[in-house]
Amino acid sequence: MSSPKTYDASSNKTGNARVTFPFKIMNIMEEDPNVWFVFSDAARPDNSTGMILARFPDRCIDVGIAEQNMIGTSAGLALAGKRVFCMAFGPFLSLRATDMIHTDLAYNKLPVCVIGTHGGLTSGGGPTHYTLMDSSIMASIPGMTMEVPADANQGLRAIDAFLKMDSPMYIRLARGQEPLVYEDDDYSFEVGKGIVVHEGTDVAIVADGIGVYNGLRACELLEQEGISARLVDMHTVSPIDADLICETAKKCRAVVTVEDHGIRGGLGSITAEVLMEAGISCKFKRLGAPSDTFASLGHPEDLYRYYGFDAAGIADTAKKLIKG
Amino acid sequence: MDNTLLAKKLEAKALEIRKDVITTCYRSDAAHLGGALSLCDVAVALYYHYLRYDPANYLAPDRDRLVLSKGHSGCLLYNIFADLGIYTFEDIYNGYNKVEGAFGQHPNRLYLPMFEASTGSLGHGLSIAFGMAMALRNDGSDSRVFCITGDGELDEGSNWEALMSAANYELSNLFLIVDRNKLQGCRPTEETVRLESLEAKLRAFNWDVVSFDGNNMEEIIGTFDSLPPRESQKRKKPLAMISNTIKGKGVDFMENNPLYHVAGLNADTYERAMACLNKTEVSR
Repeated sequence: MSSPKTYDASSNKTGNARVTFPFKIMNIMEEDPNVWFVFSDAARPDNSTGMILARFPDRCIDVGIAEQNMIGTSAGLALAGKRVFCMAFGPFLSLRATDMIHTDLAYNKLPVCVIGTHGGLTSGGGPTHYTLMDSSIMASIPGMTMEVPADANQGLRAIDAFLKMDSPMYIRLARGQEPLVYEDDDYSFEVGKGIVVHEGTDVAIVADGIGVYNGLRACELLEQEGISARLVDMHTVSPIDADLICETAKKCRAVVTVEDHGIRGGLGSITAEVLMEAGISCKFKRLGAPSDTFASLGHPEDLYRYYGFDAAGIADTAKKLIKG
Repeated sequence: MDNTLLAKKLEAKALEIRKDVITTCYRSDAAHLGGALSLCDVAVALYYHYLRYDPANYLAPDRDRLVLSKGHSGCLLYNIFADLGIYTFEDIYNGYNKVEGAFGQHPNRLYLPMFEASTGSLGHGLSIAFGMAMALRNDGSDSRVFCITGDGELDEGSNWEALMSAANYELSNLFLIVDRNKLQGCRPTEETVRLESLEAKLRAFNWDVVSFDGNNMEEIIGTFDSLPPRESQKRKKPLAMISNTIKGKGVDFMENNPLYHVAGLNADTYERAMACLNKTEVSR
């Protein structure tokens, strides 16, 4: 197995976060002997986690299929002075290990970066394997930073931001095959600050994760019909960028939120809270996966269409919102 | 110091700490008395003799770590730390269970950094201790990591995940102390989720196991004196120490009484508890 000494993750433009993330972590471990990687039955001889394990066997822990133990172990390493990355299947982190994330990481205020894969509807595994409540759960935990990168390369910047923090961060990845939103890293990225990706005045789309890519395509569809849409990439769900939400709503007077997450409790709900408390009234619609029923089976692209938050669905909702 | 003298010294200290715990509860608010009293002798032996620990420098890098997974016994350690001079008993009384107070029913290390971890939710400490022990071993440290759980706490499945991992990584610097007082929140462990044979279960998880009377100072001393030496690299297994105790130990009406898992004290129960402990002192 090859284990390259240096690998410039930022040059990887495949957009596959499940490849770029482990390489990024390996580079960090290469530079800093204080960094550990804990995972849950993820190291195959031919994959990138397996590569890290082969390179740094003394600073990797494979806890097996045991997410609660993975978080507690990461906390113990951090309490002994280490900086820790841990990574597992999203649904089993945000649901099964919530108590450990809440108590061991946030209540103890530890520098542990929790990376949850297969965010939203992307796993293809049905409701047991969908990750539809992680934003709402993490946003409810004091001191927890919740990052939902718009694409794989932005996720790497979230990791860079984590390296300067002394508290936990949850980074939500999707399948790792999502298209890139940003052509390069030549834009300002800051935890807790949303990014205006596309400027417009008739309607606003506030999105995270795949919602940003779909939202950008929706802006193009709307533009063809003479509608000018502002798109905000709200990659940090908590702490939320309330100022940008308010500014956006005042400017556009109509807001559509888009997230591959249950619509209750996530980015859409948080955006609504911000607007209500600020006394800003505007037309408003949340798009995402259902929270009143368990989501359907299907491929993510089909499900985005089915639940109305593919590009066409977002554009359609935006039009109805303005005209309604 | 010979062991008879050491035992006498630690017994006297444990009695003092029991009175301090009772006083804290009376002066402040309800506390988890049963488990604090059962654990008292082992905790005193650790903090006053067996841990490599300097109260004046409680974050020294080479210290031994004690993770109190049964965080509801925080009140016991609050009083030990006060007795060791890290803060005063008045600090506890003024801050225990009070708005913006530092001394909760369960310890918070951000307020009280002499606690290795903030705990309270059960089944967390052993994973944390496992991570600590991995980091320390990798650092070349000879510090020991002790984790104290309750016995009812072992109902939580996360403990068994951690037990498997620690054995898998052959951690000989990790010690699990089970405060086996045989009574959990409401009922005896054996009537709730049967734990026996605990020793066989732990052995089956590839841990070494010792059992001892955790309310008998001479047995505690014998057990901790027999721990493998720090420099020993031969032993490849973590060690589970089953500390057989009596919940509420030392106060007759609290012993084996589920009503004193967590309770407050009024003037009458306080007087009776102190009288009982004072009688123990006289009988020695």
